[in-house]
Amino acid sequence: MSTGSNLERVLKSGVFAVTSECGPPRGADPEAVKKKGAFLKGYVDAVNVTDNQTSVVRMSSLSASLILKEMGFDPVMQMVCRDRNRIAIQSDILGAAALGISNLLCLSGDHQSFGDHPSAKNVFDIDSIQLIRTVKRMRDEGKFISGEEVKGRPDIFIGCAENPFADPFEIRAMRLAKKAAAGAQFVQTQCVFNVEKFGKWMEMVRDLGVHEKMYILAGITPLKSIGMARYMKTSVPGMDVPEEMIDRLKSASEGKAADEGIRICVELIEKVRAIKGVAGIHIMAIEWEQKVRDIVEAAGLYPRPAINRL
Amino acid sequence: MIVANRKPFEEIMDMLKPYAKILLLGCNECVTVCSAGGAKEVSVLASEIRLSRAKDGIPVEVKEHTLERQCDPEYATEAKPLVDECDAVLSMACGCGVQSVAEAYRSKYVIPAVNTTFMGSSEEQGVWKERCQGCGNCILDRTLGICPVSRCAKSIFNGPCGGSQGGMCEIDKELPCAWQLIVDRLKEMDMMEKYLEIQPVKDWSTSRDGGPRKRIREDLRI
Amino acid sequence: MKVPCTGRVDIILILKAIENGADGVYLVGCLEGDCHFLTGNLKARKRVEYAKQLLDESGIGGGRVEMYNLSAAEGQRFAEAAREMTEKIRALGPNPAKQQGPRGQGAKRTALEPSNP
Repeated sequence: MSTGSNLERVLKSGVFAVTSECGPPRGADPEAVKKKGAFLKGYVDAVNVTDNQTSVVRMSSLSASLILKEMGFDPVMQMVCRDRNRIAIQSDILGAAALGISNLLCLSGDHQSFGDHPSAKNVFDIDSIQLIRTVKRMRDEGKFISGEEVKGRPDIFIGCAENPFADPFEIRAMRLAKKAAAGAQFVQTQCVFNVEKFGKWMEMVRDLGVHEKMYILAGITPLKSIGMARYMKTSVPGMDVPEEMIDRLKSASEGKAADEGIRICVELIEKVRAIKGVAGIHIMAIEWEQKVRDIVEAAGLYPRPAINRL
Repeated sequence: MIVANRKPFEEIMDMLKPYAKILLLGCNECVTVCSAGGAKEVSVLASEIRLSRAKDGIPVEVKEHTLERQCDPEYATEAKPLVDECDAVLSMACGCGVQSVAEAYRSKYVIPAVNTTFMGSSEEQGVWKERCQGCGNCILDRTLGICPVSRCAKSIFNGPCGGSQGGMCEIDKELPCAWQLIVDRLKEMDMMEKYLEIQPVKDWSTSRDGGPRKRIREDLRI
Repeated sequence: MKVPCTGRVDIILILKAIENGADGVYLVGCLEGDCHFLTGNLKARKRVEYAKQLLDESGIGGGRVEMYNLSAAEGQRFAEAAREMTEKIRALGPNPAKQQGPRGQGAKRTALEPSNP
């Protein structure tokens, strides 16, 4: 049984998938979304729309997803558990499906203390795994959490995220298995810099047979500068940036650190592509969306397949 | 026990501005155990209030008294002779005690001197940490004695989230990740297969979300 | 009031002394590591730090309470500490809670009077 999702079609066809993301603006101007989208058009199979990322208020992922859909994209609407209770969540799932948004990424969400409204109440009525189960139940059984009937089932390809670099390391593959059991069909990982550790995680994942239950897309982020690399290494939770990567950026000549960053990025793509079970990549080029096309081309992933709906 | 912190001194003095005769009421139970509002803390705060007012040349009379607890009407009403003489009652009890005293003395202005924060346990002398949120449906059997509601910043039931690092929570490097603790305990007890069980959604109607709660024992009512 | 060790000095004693008009209070305890009662002087130091905070917030000034550590044999150092403390308090001026004229009743109570009426 398939949904209307282009991403699902690409993954099912066996082509190495490419997704990227658009962070909505801190204001009501739709042009900001369209501008970012324009950089990605034709270079991705689907585009993620973040949901008040880092607990900072932005245009909602539902509305920004619709703007991108109208541009011809297949949006992956991200949904966190931090801000909405199960009533609002199920309501938004129905809304997304009604607007033709075919992919949903189910996330816990960064704690509100990281964002611009740390005094807010945090909701966390359900967690990300319960959210995955909720979407699946609404879609496949036509039932809400309460057990009552959903009149008009949402047609959604269910995704989740996982961080191979978070602790405790030994349960990270088990947690992904749990998500697969709950109904997740694809996963986008936190960005990979430490390929060796990622490889170990993939091994544990394969041992549990999870790569056959869901499509795994490796997260990729190009490093713009030494400052960015250092920041990610020290200030972003769950990030593993090997020192040698920072060294490479340091040794690049004046003003050429960004180019070296792109080179490192393309090398990472080639390395993860060679790992068994990796079905695609998810490029997170935050505030550097214009580089996505260079990366996709250099990695030999352009053009993207146009797999038609029946 | 219920844990509280004394309010900032400036805030207390601000609330006391209009009053000259103050009754400072302590409580012998939870706030004594967490050293926030027992007899000792009452004498210290009373002394500070007198010093502060003396410095500003504004007269004040602070009477000190500690009740066995303030959350039972029988104990709260004990203080009547002292309450009658004062202009305002400054209570160092938790929010429960302050409210019982306010109810017992409806014509008196009752002020809270502490911020009631959480239900917790003592980890070592002088250190108290949050342990229970009163969700009304205890699942500590499933998580081997570690509560995900109160000790996980996101109250996750199928944790940990992606922010757990080095056994610590993403919001505070000194806050242990509850799910790391649970996984460690599962390993110690050789019960790792329990980790794969998907915990169902929580019924929050038994917690504060369902509305103010009560407990009644009919056999004990007079 | 005699105490066997600075560890027996409760915070309330320091505050009461100030309430009763003392311009300053200093504790003189054994050298750290040499306490006759093992950790009394360490506890005293923590309490002095806390008392400083309380005196700061109530507007009296935490500089009016200090702790010195020396051995019973250091007569010279004892005299030095006394001089130092006196100079310090002289520079700070009289206790701002000492009133000329009408005083609130509470300020008249001494440290040893029972506080429950």
